[in-house]
Amino acid sequence: MILHRCVIVSILCKFRLHLKGFVIMFSAIKPSIQSICFSHAVFLSLQDCTFFTRKEILRLHGRYHELAPHLVPMDYTNEPDCKIPLALIVNMPELKENPFRNRIVESFSEDGMGNLSFNEFVDMFSVLSEMAPRELKAIYAFKIYDFNVDNYLCKEDLEKTLNKLTKEELTPEEVELVCEKTIEEADLDGDHKLSFADFENMISRAPDFLSTFHIRI
Amino acid sequence: MVQEEACSLPLPPGPLMTKSESVLSPVRLSVRSPADEEGVHDSFQQLIAEHRDNGAASSALELQQLQSDLDEENRDNMPLSGPEHEHRRRQGASDLECDGGEREMDPIQGEGWSSDTLKILSSMPSRTIGRNRGAIISQYCNKTLKLRRRRQTRPSIRDFSPSSRPSIRSYGMEGDTTDAEVSKRERLVNNLQNLPVSDRVRMLRGMPLSVAEKKEIRNLVMQKEKRILSNKKLSCCSQLKYYIIIAARKSWYSWLSFLHSLQPWQTLLKRVSGRFGTGVLSYFLFLKTLVFFNVFLFLVTGAFLVLPQAVHPPYRDTTSFSGLELLTGAGSFSHTVMYYGYYANYTLPRRSRDEGGGQNASTLTSDSQQFSYNMPLAYFFTIGMAFFITCIILVYSMSKTFGRSFRINKSNSILTMKTFSCWDFKVIKKKSVQIMSENIGTQLKELLAELTQKHTKSTFCKRFCRLMVHGVAWTICIASTTGCMAGVYYFSEFIHKDLQQNHRNLDVNPLMKEAKLLSLPTVVSVINLLLPALFNLVGWMETYESPSVFAYVAIGRNLMLKMSMLGVLCFHWLGRVAPEYKSIGLTCWEDFVGQELYRFLLMDFIFTLLDTLFGELLWRLFSEKVLKRKRKPVFDIARNVLDLIYGQTLAWLGVLFSPVLPVVQILKLFLVFYIKMSSVMLNCQAPRKPYRASQMTTIFITLLCIPSLLGASVCVTYTMWSITPSTSCGPFRTLDTMFKAGKHWMEILEKDNPSLSVLSKAHTYFVENPFFLFVGAGIFLIVIYFHSQVVDGQRKIISLLQDQIQNEGEDKKFLINRLQSVHKQKQDAGKRLKSQDSTC
Repeated sequence: MILHRCVIVSILCKFRLHLKGFVIMFSAIKPSIQSICFSHAVFLSLQDCTFFTRKEILRLHGRYHELAPHLVPMDYTNEPDCKIPLALIVNMPELKENPFRNRIVESFSEDGMGNLSFNEFVDMFSVLSEMAPRELKAIYAFKIYDFNVDNYLCKEDLEKTLNKLTKEELTPEEVELVCEKTIEEADLDGDHKLSFADFENMISRAPDFLSTFHIRI
Repeated sequence: MVQEEACSLPLPPGPLMTKSESVLSPVRLSVRSPADEEGVHDSFQQLIAEHRDNGAASSALELQQLQSDLDEENRDNMPLSGPEHEHRRRQGASDLECDGGEREMDPIQGEGWSSDTLKILSSMPSRTIGRNRGAIISQYCNKTLKLRRRRQTRPSIRDFSPSSRPSIRSYGMEGDTTDAEVSKRERLVNNLQNLPVSDRVRMLRGMPLSVAEKKEIRNLVMQKEKRILSNKKLSCCSQLKYYIIIAARKSWYSWLSFLHSLQPWQTLLKRVSGRFGTGVLSYFLFLKTLVFFNVFLFLVTGAFLVLPQAVHPPYRDTTSFSGLELLTGAGSFSHTVMYYGYYANYTLPRRSRDEGGGQNASTLTSDSQQFSYNMPLAYFFTIGMAFFITCIILVYSMSKTFGRSFRINKSNSILTMKTFSCWDFKVIKKKSVQIMSENIGTQLKELLAELTQKHTKSTFCKRFCRLMVHGVAWTICIASTTGCMAGVYYFSEFIHKDLQQNHRNLDVNPLMKEAKLLSLPTVVSVINLLLPALFNLVGWMETYESPSVFAYVAIGRNLMLKMSMLGVLCFHWLGRVAPEYKSIGLTCWEDFVGQELYRFLLMDFIFTLLDTLFGELLWRLFSEKVLKRKRKPVFDIARNVLDLIYGQTLAWLGVLFSPVLPVVQILKLFLVFYIKMSSVMLNCQAPRKPYRASQMTTIFITLLCIPSLLGASVCVTYTMWSITPSTSCGPFRTLDTMFKAGKHWMEILEKDNPSLSVLSKAHTYFVENPFFLFVGAGIFLIVIYFHSQVVDGQRKIISLLQDQIQNEGEDKKFLINRLQSVHKQKQDAGKRLKSQDSTC
C-alpha cells in the first residue's frame, strides 16, 4: 500500500516536472507567437490615430493576447471582432492596484460595461501615454472620475473618488467637508457641481497632472 | 512657451461659444411677447441679431420645427426612445438626487422641471462635451476649420456655411441626430482632407473619439483623397509629389520607431516608476538627460577634434602603461588625444604627415590649399559652438518646463487639485499604493485643518525661538562651508608648494608623485560626502512647516557648498597653476588641469559608490538586523541630483582641457544608473513626503543651467580670453591667448589674398569690439522683458475670462429660470383655454 503511494507520488512528481518543462518550452516559444500578423494598412492607421509606434503597437498586442489567449486570435489582418471582458483587463499588473481601474476600463469601452476590443485597448494606453496632450487627458480623466455618468462631477462622484483615493481612511464628516470645499473652490458657474469646463480649468493649472495621469506600458 | 500658455487658457473658446449659442436659441423660442423681450439683457439682442443674420434660412427652418415640436410636447409626455433617452432620464434623476440636499439654496434646481427644460439642459454643450459623439465631431469640425483658415490652404466658401456651427438641432432633437451627425462627419472629413498631413494626424490623435471611429474617419479621408487624385488625373509631377509624401511619411514612422528603440532603460524606468512613483523616477530621467547632453558633447568634439587629430598623430607615445593611469589620468594617458597638449597647432594636411616629430612645425598654408584642417581654429570654434548649443538646448528645455510647472495663474484650488491630480497612475506596487493613499489621506486632513482653523498667531517668544534655531542652523552651515573652503584653499596651496619642492629634488619615486596627486580630489570628495550629512542633521534639528521649504533650504545649502568648492578649485587651477606652471615642472598646464578634472570625476564616482554602499546598503542591513526596524532608508532625491549636477559641471569645465572627458562622464553615468537603480530597488522604500515632481524637475534644470553651465562657460571663456596658453604644447602654443586664434587666421588669410581684407576688418570690428557684446546682451534683456510683459497680459486676460465664466453661469441660471416660467405660463394658458373650451 505504502509502496503504491510512493509510486503514485513519484509519478505525480514526474508529471509535474514534465508540466514544468512544457511551461518552459511554451514560454520559450512565446516570442514567436507574439509576432502576430498585422496588415500594413492597420499599422499605418493605428499609428495615425494613436501615439504609438509600430513596435509599441506590436507589444501592446502581445499584452492583449496574453490577457486572453483563447479569445484573441493570432491573425489580425482582417481585424476580427473580439472583446476582452473587464475582469480580465483589470488584472493587468499596470491596473491591478489602481483604485480607479474599473472606471478607467469602463470609460474607454464603447458599451460602457468594460469590454474592450483591441482598438479600445490601444486607445486606453494611448491616452494614458506620455505623448497625449493635456486636453485629451483631461476629457478622459473627467470621464473616469464621473462615476454616475451624468457628465457632471457632483458630490456623489467626489465622495467616491475620495474614498478610493484614501482607502476610506477619512471619516464621513471629513469627506463631506472636503467635497464642499472642493466644489466651492472649483465651481466657476455656481451650479454646485463641476462641469467639464470647471474641471478643465482646474486641470490646466495643476502642474503635476500630465506626469501623474500616465501609465507606462 | 507663450503659445503654449495661450493654448491652456482656462476655457477653450469652443465650448464657450457653443454654450452661448445654444442657450440663446431657446430664448428666442420661448420669449416671444415684447414685454418679455425687455427682460433679456441688452447685449444679448445684438448676439441674437447676429445669429439671425447668420442663420438665415436654415436656422429659421430649424427653429420653426423646434417650436412646433415644443408645442406638440406641451403635455410633458415626449415620445423619447433609444439609449440616449435612457441615459438622459438617468441623468435627470441623478441631477435631482445629488442636489437633493441643497435644493433650498439653489434657485435653479427647482422641483418643477418640465421635460423641455430638462431636455435643453441635457443638450447643453458643457454636458455633452466628451460624451456625445455629435458634440465632439462638431467641435473638431470647428477646430479644423479654424486651422484651415489660419493656414489658408484652399479656402472655399462652401465651408463657411452657417450650419457648420453647432446649433441646438443637432443636440436636442433625437430624430435628427444621426442625420446631422452624418453631415457633420462629412464636413469634418472634408476639412481634414484639406489639411496638411501633419496637422491631420495631430488632429486625429487629439480627438477624444474611439480608435474605431477615428479609423473610419481616416479611411474616409484617404478614400476621398484617392478619388480626387484619380479624378483629376494629376500631372506626373504632382503624382510624384504625392508618392514622395507617402514615402516620406512611412520612413518618418520607421525613423520614429527606430528612435524609440534607441531610448535606453525603458523597462527599468517602468519598474522604478511602478514602485516609487514620479519622484524617484525624476532622478533617473534627469540622469538620462545628462547622458544625452554628454553624448551630444562627445559627438561634437569627437567628430571635429578627436577624429581629425587621431588620423594625423604628431608623434609616437613612449610611456608604458602602469595601471595607475586609470586613477590619475596621467602617465601614459598624458600624451594622447585625451588632453589638450596633444593637439597640433598647424593646419592638418590632406595626406598623413611624413615629416613627423616637428612639434612647432607649421605647415605652409599654400601647400594644403585644397583640403586643409586648421586645428587651432577648429578647437576654438568646436568648444565655443558646443557650449553655445548646449546653452540653447538647456534654456529651451528650461522655458518649456517652466511653462509646464508654473502656470501663469497661481491657483487657489489646492484641495481640488489634490483630489484629482495627485494620484500617481504609474505606481503599481501594492505597498507603494498603500503608502500613497495614506499620504493623500494625511495631506487632505492637514489641508482641511488649515482651512477650518484660522492660522493661530504664535507668540513672540515662540517665533523668537524659531528664528534663533534657524539662525543657529544657518550659522553652522555657513561656518562649516567656509571652513571647508578655507581648508581646501590651504590644502591646495600646500600641494602646490609640495609639487614645487618635488620638482627641485628629482629623486622622488614617480609613482608616489602621481599617487600624491590623488589627495586633493579625495579631500574634496570627502567634504562633498560628509557635509551634506551634517546639513541633513541640522535640517532635522530645525522644524520647517512645509516640506517644500525644507527641500528648498536643503538644496540651497548643498548648492552653496558645491559651488564654493568649485570656485576654490577654479581659482587654484586658473590663478595658481596656470601662471606659474613652469615652477612645478610642467610643460603643459592645460594637460595638468585636464588630468585634475579627470581625477575629480573619478573620485566623485568612487565616493558615490561608497555612499551607495554605506549609506544605503549597510545602513539598511544595520537597521534591519540590529535595530529591528521595518523601515528602509528613503532615497534622497535632491542630494543625489545635486551630486549629478556637480559631476556635470566638472565635465563641462574639463571639455576645453580634455576633449574626451564627456566619454568618461558617459561611462560614469551609465554605471551610476545601474548601481543606483539596483540600490534603490534593493534598499529603499517609497518616499513618505509629498514630492512635487514637475516643480523639482524645473528647479533642477534651472540649476543645471544657471550656476552649473553658466559657471563652467564663464571659466572657459576666461581661460580663452585672458590666460596665456602653454608655449610648448597644444593648438594655441604660439599665441598670447586662445582667442587670438581667429585673428591669427585672419592675418594669414589677408596675407594670402589681399582681396579678403574686408573680412578681417569685419572680424576686428565685430568680434573684438565689446560694443556688440553689449548690444547682444541688451537685445536678450529686451526679449526677456517683452516676454514677461506678455505673460502679465495673459494673466489679466485669464482673470477677465474667469469673470466672464462666472457671468455666463449667472446668465445660464437666469435664462433657464425664465424658460421654465414661460413654459409654465404657456401650460397654464393652454389649460385655461381647454377648460374654457370644455365649459363652452
